Amino acid sequence: MGHESPAGDLRLTNLTKRFGVLTAVDDLDLTVPQGSFFALLGASGCGKTTTLRMIAGLEAPTSGQVLLGDRDIARLRPYQRPVNTVFQSYALFPHLDVAENVAFGLRRRGIRNVDDQVRRMLALVQLDGSGRRRPAQLSGGQQQRVALARALVNHPRVLLLDEPLGALDLKLRRQMQIELRRIQNEVGITFVHVTHDQEEAMTMADTVAVMNAGRIEQLGAPADLYEFPATAFVANFLGQSNLLAAEAAGPAGADVPVTAHGARFSLPVGRARSDRGAVYLGVRPEKLHLAGSADQVPDGHQHVDGVVTDASYVGVSTQYLIRTGWGSELVAFAANSGLGQRFPVGAPVAAHWDPRHAFLLPREPGPTDDRPDRPAARRAGEGAVANAPRHLLRRVVRPAKRRGAA
Amino acid sequence: MRVSRWLADRWVMIVALLVLGYLALPIAVVAALSFNRPSSRLSYDFHEFTLDNWRHPCATTDMCDAVLRSVQIGFVATVVATVLGTLMAFALVRHRFRGRSGINLLIFLPMATPELVMGTSLLALFVSAGVPQGFWTLVIAHVMFCVSFVVVTVKARLAGMDRRLEEAAMDLYASEWHTFRLVTLPLVWPGIVAAALLAFSLSFDDFIVTNFNAGTTVTFPMYVWGAAQRGIPPQVNVVGTAMFGIALLLVGVSSLRARRSAR
Ligand SMILES: Nc1ncnc2c1ncn2[C@@H]1O[C@H](COP(=O)(O)OP(=O)(O)O)[C@@H](O)[C@H]1O
Ligand SMILES: [Mg+2]
Repeated sequence: MGHESPAGDLRLTNLTKRFGVLTAVDDLDLTVPQGSFFALLGASGCGKTTTLRMIAGLEAPTSGQVLLGDRDIARLRPYQRPVNTVFQSYALFPHLDVAENVAFGLRRRGIRNVDDQVRRMLALVQLDGSGRRRPAQLSGGQQQRVALARALVNHPRVLLLDEPLGALDLKLRRQMQIELRRIQNEVGITFVHVTHDQEEAMTMADTVAVMNAGRIEQLGAPADLYEFPATAFVANFLGQSNLLAAEAAGPAGADVPVTAHGARFSLPVGRARSDRGAVYLGVRPEKLHLAGSADQVPDGHQHVDGVVTDASYVGVSTQYLIRTGWGSELVAFAANSGLGQRFPVGAPVAAHWDPRHAFLLPREPGPTDDRPDRPAARRAGEGAVANAPRHLLRRVVRPAKRRGAA
Repeated sequence: MRVSRWLADRWVMIVALLVLGYLALPIAVVAALSFNRPSSRLSYDFHEFTLDNWRHPCATTDMCDAVLRSVQIGFVATVVATVLGTLMAFALVRHRFRGRSGINLLIFLPMATPELVMGTSLLALFVSAGVPQGFWTLVIAHVMFCVSFVVVTVKARLAGMDRRLEEAAMDLYASEWHTFRLVTLPLVWPGIVAAALLAFSLSFDDFIVTNFNAGTTVTFPMYVWGAAQRGIPPQVNVVGTAMFGIALLLVGVSSLRARRSAR
């Protein structure tokens, strides 16, 4: 995000919030382009809500700035900011009906004829005719829409959404994701959408910022984050990754050669986040292909030999676990396109990949387990683990029992 | 076998009815006696049905004066105690300050202290301070014990309120004052009303503390106490029944409104 900020960008600079000894948001720098759908993605407890609250003015930053355009709004009262929030628990006023909930902001700003705007907004969120009902009489999904309408009707410069779909069941959530996208397209307001659901962030947002322990780990378009993660945390928080502990000794020509468990690999310089010292060699499971033997590996691909230890058929694909010669397990997803070969459990295979699809990440030097560090799960304590997306809890690359390494 | 089964299915209901009957019996007696023409001043059995007592409630003027006095004291004490108690409840729930837990404890003292002790110590205080006893000492005494109940009632309501509603209001361009008036107050209001009703009924029927600090003022409970020696006029039952009726009406109206606004 190197460009100079135009009039409406939301910029957080050196934003920090401490609660006593706990640093909830740690020197955050972030630019949200005007009109974009921006997702702030991170495990529970990593500081997402605190960040939103500082933008909304409900929490005073310990230090740093919140810039909207060129104006620092960090010291303004919440009602002085052209920013509105959709709260995690909706926070609808129980003593007011739906129409009055939606009209609340308009009336406070002294706007007289609110009926038309309220009606149009309720139509936008598909709640026509529900204006006279009380929030308590609405379903969770409907309450969510009211909360959205109540914020949007004010045409804020930035709309903040704090896990707005978290309380909805899966089907409704999918529906609302599409709905939210549609509405954002229609109104063109900057959306900052907080979520711990990586799939939600990827499908909805133009730009995703992955947050971990109060900091931004990586920011970019969903595809860029997925194809070329910057850290082991991102590699495993956004989808799954096979990460092999490796050593690199700097680039040689256009490639970076690495050594992992005695075997030699290489990948293009452009795919290396780090090209020296302790690194992880990463390959996404769907980019790890299986061949019956090393001779069948296509030219230019690199491979490790292993044995299939598990094959789960999940309809569109089959998910294989492959134990490597040195005892760790790799995951490979093979599309059930009817073209490829199927491998039974126990079959010897060569797991291969195109080096242009691999990536190299920095690694804390230490024992060479093929196990990425999981900072969020470690630092945020038990609660974070319980709330983390399921894929976080599943070890993708696990050091299997080392059998007599013959 | 069948009887025990029948009992097993309904015993909760039966116990509930018994308890209700136990609670309602004295009130029923009072209501019945308000329509009684007693045979003599000191007789309390139902002698003859009449509407005279209801038609002329102020036949004994002393009694009506006493009722009026009690209503006046109750009204002033309720207003003062409700305002003070509500402010205290807000301070205790919303702010962290030194001595907060001490005050929380102190609030319970008037509820826990025997009324006799409270009455005599107030008497000692007023006498030693040279304050003449009467209407205003009664108001002060009543505010003192009512305020605790107000604080406890409003505090419970306030503590159950979601702070995010106020944050949402501020996010939607409501200043601190508008947030209070449009969101906080309407949501706490039922608690304040309940507290005021409680305060009034506590003040209206207080006897012990009142008796020590009344000077020459006569409140309704004091009048009834005095009259008991000479024979209670049946109009006392009219006042009692009317009070009960008004209370019932208020409860009915408020629950009806609550149900309507929930719809
Ligand atoms: N008012 C507060 N006082 C103390 N700690 C807080 C407060 N609000 C949040 N925290 C802490 O700050 C961290 C980040 O919280 P939060 O921003 O709510 O995370 P998220 O929304 O990502 O789940 C958590 O460890 C949380 O316990
Ligand atoms: Mg949160």
